[in-house]
Parts: sequence; C-alpha cells; structure tokens
Amino acid sequence: MSLNKVCSKCLGLKTIRDVKVLNGFFNRRNHFVYSPDNNSPVKGETTKMNMFQSINNALDIALKSDDSTLVFGEDIGFGGVFRCTVGLRDKYGKERVFNTPLCEQGIAGFAIGAAVMGSTAIAEIQFADYIFPAFDQIVNEAAKYRYRSGGMFDCGKLTIRAPCGAVGHGALYHSQSPEAYFAHTPGLKVVIPRGPIKAKGLLLSCARDPDPCLVLEPKILYRAAVEEVPVEDYELPIGKADVVLEGNDITLVGWGTQVHVLLEVAQMVREKFQVSCEVIDLVSILPWDMDTVVKSVKKTKRCLISHEAPLTGGFGAEIAATIQEECFLHLEAPIQRVTGFDTPFPHVFEPFYLPDKWRCFAAAEKLINY
Amino acid sequence: MLPSCVRAVSKQSAIPKKYLGGILSKNNYASEATFETKPYKLHKLEESPSTTVTVSKEDAIDMYTKMHTIRRMETSAGNLYKEKIIRGFCHLYSGQEAVAVGIKAALRPHDAVITAYRAHGWTHLMGVSPLGVLAELCGRKEGCAKGKGGSMHMYCENFYGGNGIVGAQVPLGVGIALAAQYKGTDGVCIALYGDGAANQGQVFEVYNMAKLWNIPCIFVCENNGYGMGTSAERAAACTNYYSRGDYVPGIWVDGMDVLAVRECFRYAVNYAASGKGPLVIEAATYRYSGHSMSDPGTSYRTRDEIQEVRQTRDPITSFKEKIIQTNLATAEEIKKIDGEIRTQVDEATKQAKTDSEIPMEELSADIYSVNLEQQIRNVDPFTSLVHKRIGAAVNM
Repeated sequence: MSLNKVCSKCLGLKTIRDVKVLNGFFNRRNHFVYSPDNNSPVKGETTKMNMFQSINNALDIALKSDDSTLVFGEDIGFGGVFRCTVGLRDKYGKERVFNTPLCEQGIAGFAIGAAVMGSTAIAEIQFADYIFPAFDQIVNEAAKYRYRSGGMFDCGKLTIRAPCGAVGHGALYHSQSPEAYFAHTPGLKVVIPRGPIKAKGLLLSCARDPDPCLVLEPKILYRAAVEEVPVEDYELPIGKADVVLEGNDITLVGWGTQVHVLLEVAQMVREKFQVSCEVIDLVSILPWDMDTVVKSVKKTKRCLISHEAPLTGGFGAEIAATIQEECFLHLEAPIQRVTGFDTPFPHVFEPFYLPDKWRCFAAAEKLINY
Repeated sequence: MLPSCVRAVSKQSAIPKKYLGGILSKNNYASEATFETKPYKLHKLEESPSTTVTVSKEDAIDMYTKMHTIRRMETSAGNLYKEKIIRGFCHLYSGQEAVAVGIKAALRPHDAVITAYRAHGWTHLMGVSPLGVLAELCGRKEGCAKGKGGSMHMYCENFYGGNGIVGAQVPLGVGIALAAQYKGTDGVCIALYGDGAANQGQVFEVYNMAKLWNIPCIFVCENNGYGMGTSAERAAACTNYYSRGDYVPGIWVDGMDVLAVRECFRYAVNYAASGKGPLVIEAATYRYSGHSMSDPGTSYRTRDEIQEVRQTRDPITSFKEKIIQTNLATAEEIKKIDGEIRTQVDEATKQAKTDSEIPMEELSADIYSVNLEQQIRNVDPFTSLVHKRIGAAVNM
C-alpha cells in the first residue's frame, strides 16, 4: 500500500499494517492544517470571520457601494448551500438578490447580458462541477465580447463565483477544480483565494474589475478557514502572487487549499532535512504572476508545483514550461509536479487521490537529493 | 404558500369504486379490486388513460412491498448518513415511491429507464438488492458500482443511472430510445427529471429531437414542488410541466397514487411503442426530506406542509388503506410484510456497514476501455498505479 509506505517513511514508523486505519484517519480529518493569514492588508478594525462570512461581507459591500450590483444564483435567496449570501436578500431586496431556476447556461448568459447593460452582475454557480453547461457562455460569449465587437461592447462587470476543490467526501461531481479549462481562455480573469482575507479582497476586486472574472472558492475553506478580516472595503490585486513563506532552497507553488498543504510540507522539510522552502500562493491563475515565481526559482533553483486537478494539462504544466524557459540555467533539479492523478475525482479513494503533504514531501526529497 | 402540486392533489385522491363480490377467493378475500383515479390532465391528446383501474391481489401486494422497501431503505440511508457512514451527497426518495413503482409496473422487460440523482429507489426496482444499494451508498465492495459511484451513480441492466448533473440525463434518455427504435425492439425509454431540471435548456433541445424523429422516449417530470430550495412557482414561468413540450403531447397524473401512475404508463408505453412518438408526463408528487441530506428542507417550506402531505397523501399509507378496505389483504398480512421488509433492510444495513472497501488498484481501473498507457502518471515513488480494465460493460 503505497500511501502507507510514504507515511511510514516520513513518520519514521516501522509499519502501518491496517489500511483501514489510515482510511478512517483521513476520512475524519481534513487533509491539511489551515494556516491563517496574520497580516492584514489594510489598517483598521478587523473581525473574526470564516471564509463564507468574509465572502458574504464582500457581497454586502459590493451591493452597498454600487447600486447596479445584482447577486443571483441557485437557492442564494436564503443563503445558498454554503451560506455565502445569507441575509443579503432581506437587506437589499429581492430585486437585487434573487434565486434563479436550475439552469447554469441560462444563469451565465443572463449575467453576461446584465453586465453588458452596465450592471455589476455577480452570479453564483452552485458547484464548479456544474459550470460546464455554462462553459460555452463563459468562454465564447463573456471572454470574447469586447474583442469581437472591436472594443465597442464589453461585459467586464461580470463576476462568476463557484465553489471548487476537494471537501473530504464530495466524489465525482462536487470536488473538481476546473481552473485549467478557463486558463486557456484569453479575455477571462481567474482567481482562487486561500482564506477569508484574500476571498474578500479578491471578490471586491473582481466585482469592480473591468473584465469578466471567475472566482473559484475552495469549498472546504468556507468553514475551515478563520481569520481576522478587515471590516472595511478593500481590494486585493488580481494577477499578483503572494510569497506566503520566504525561503532559500525550494520554491513550492500552489493555490487555494493546497497553499496550506505546502506550508505544512515546508515545515516538515525544514525539520527533517534542515532545508528552507519558499511557499508561493499563485492567487491568480489568469493572468498568473510569472515574475514572482521566476524570481523565486532563480533564487532557490528548485521548484515544486502542486494542485488538486489532474496532472495532464493541469495549470502546473504552464508554470513548469515557463520556468524551464526562464530559469533553465538556474535549475538544479527537474521541476516536480504533485497533483491529482489522471483519474476522475474518486468517491472512496479521495485520500489517496489528493496531492497531500506526504506526496509533496516525497517530491521535495527528490528535489533535494537530485 | 402551498405549491400547486400540493393543492392540486390534496383532495382525497382515489376511492374504492366497487367491491367485486363476485370474484372472491375461498378465504373471503378479494382477488382483485377496482378503483377510480383522479382525472388525468391532457395536453394535445384526444384520448385519456382510463380513470377506472383494476388491480389483482398479487400485483397490489407486490407494489405495496416495493414502495415500503424503498421507504425503509431510504430511512436507513438517512440514518447511515447521520452516522457519517455514508459520506458525500445523498438524496432521498421518500414520498415519491408511487411514481417509480407505478411506472415500473407498466414496463416490459426490454424497456429502459434513466433518472437523476434521486436514484436509490429506481435502482432497487430495476433489480438491485437493498444491500447493493446501501453498500454503494457506504462506498463498499458489495455496492452495485463497487462503491465507486456512491449515492447518485447506480446502474444495472436496462437502468442507465443515476446521474449527478441536473438535467443531463434527459438527452441520454432520448438517445437510448432512439437506439431501441433503430434496433426495432419496440422498447421505450423512460427519462425522468425533476421540476427543477425541467428548466435546463438541454431538456428543450431533446423535446425537439424526440418529436422531430418520433422517438419512443417518455419524458417524466417528477414534480415534487421544489427544485432544491426554490418552489416550482418561483422557478418556472409555467408549472404545467406536462404541457411544456409544446408540440409533444402530455399527461398530468397524480404521482401519489401508484395505480393511477401504472395506468397512465400502460397507456404511455403503448403510445410510444406503437410509433406515435414521445410524451411528456408530469407526476405530481412530494419529497419529505430536504433536497439532499445537507438540506434540512424546512427553510423554504413549513413543517406543517410536510406533515399535511404525510397525513393526507402518503402514497404508501393511502395504498395500504385501499388494500385493506377492499379485502385484497388483511391488516395482519400487511403487518407480516412490513416485518419481513424491516428484517431484510436491517440485515442489508448491517452488512453494508461492515463490508470492506475495494482495493486501491481500482482507483485507476475502468477509466479507459483500451489503455494506451500502462501507468497513471505522477504516482508516488514507491508503487505505481496501473491502468486497468475490470470487466466488460453490461450494456454493450
């Protein structure tokens, strides 16, 4: 049993005989330890919020600060399945915050139309796994509206929010991370927050950004992530990565939930090998912050990229290709990608599918010993 | 506000029409009984299914047993979910049993069925044991998809699932029906979806294709009043779902009356199989649980509403009363059946809980039929994951 072997090796245990023990272990706990952001991006009052509360707060500000803002999606009137919109309909009225029928293609097209007419349209797709009926509208309509009209029309006031990523038990259709599909679409902007502070700032940026934006929210963080979030209105830059941990020997690149996995890996690597890792949260998938990543890899000379989506065609491939082009002579080891496998997102095998800290740790060891 | 489906069928639905004293078996029990159903509503159809329905003792007991087994199985699934043995997403069918059981009773062995994620009851009716269903929910080896599908993904012969994406199964149903037409089997396909999915664009795309080519597909909108947490009235401009195929004829049937459903589908199967093309049937029903286990189901409707349906329209209780009133079975017989079902489902639950999971190698099994690459990429350095094909598909 491969995972057991990795665990045993890393933990320094002799054997873990029973597979079921590990299965139970993983099913009952998150596959990561959440590291809250302690640095507030702005001065002023903060309050403790989890990620759904900070998103709720951002939507509240977006509705308050801009009369043209509309918030809609499936069941969002009473708060949505993840409670992100709770209370907003009561506060701003059902003309501005409303439920739609269950029709993702219709929701996306409707949102584009509203945005074209100048409304700040913030649409929710209930799960990122359900976004595919809307794929045509997002890729062919939203992303190309300005270009194909020679700059006469655009739908830049469009923002689509969708919960993505592993949640512990979501199986095939409640766990996927579709960022790479959208990264292939010039005209869109795609961001993924790693916690409440980022979620609020990024969502407000996207709502006000003059291009259509997609915010993919790791659903496991809605409740698991709690931070001191600034109460005032603030925006965080799209297209800018964060160096969440400075280091000298290996660059670890991830986004969303995976940032927290990588922070744990950095600690394990420091303890086991006395090697220092730099952890980068890419934050923005399209456009992605090449400068920050390249600068870091030129310094550390080693790079590991990790994401939950499958390996082939995953966004890690784009980053790896750019690094080899930009940092070829600096690299001391081949770039490592630790990702979900090229399988459908599994039901009972989720703990084995995920690029957890043990798999990342093994890849880091490979980088060190190359 | 009560959704229209509740209002529409809240009156006493079927009353025993006559007691057939002439056909008595030795022990003074009736061997069959006749009932009057609520009238059907028709869209672009001249002739209605019969509102007078006759049921034999054997069929009545069979349908009662099936409905009760589904109810019991769903109660068990709900408990397993609360115990965190079932993980993920779990949508219960309790309240809607008469729709599936009534339809199934009208189908012939070569007819096909495809449904959405509320699939546990249908899976059982199409031939999977309660253990096969419950073990699948628990992600265990004895599950009908070996635990790889979970709640929404269950399959067996002539049953094409079990589909997790809202509305996506409907076009597939038309394809399945086309294949039957092409092969000349005279089989039909029942494509089920909810009132929520009825608003998906792809449903309308295939209404058109089905009518254009007169495909023997019977579209079934199970209208339980709510698309997730939004009532039908607040999501649909027209809640007469049986008329929404426009040029496709339709029928409204009381989905809480198993005999009305069976009669309606005898008519529908005959209609579609005789080359007249598709039908859109709306079965007015109700779900007692929330949309899924993570929805308590009380934030968008009142507890009183649910209670009222349970007390006045429950498909199982009302059918039981009919059976007993017309002497098709005695209260003791019913009690005995209930006991047997309880034992069977409890036993299956116990076994599903303790059953093992499939081995790790199945993580990479059955992704491709012909694997062009031996190994899954990017596995850890100690052991590899090999592409594998476990067995041939049953539908091919």
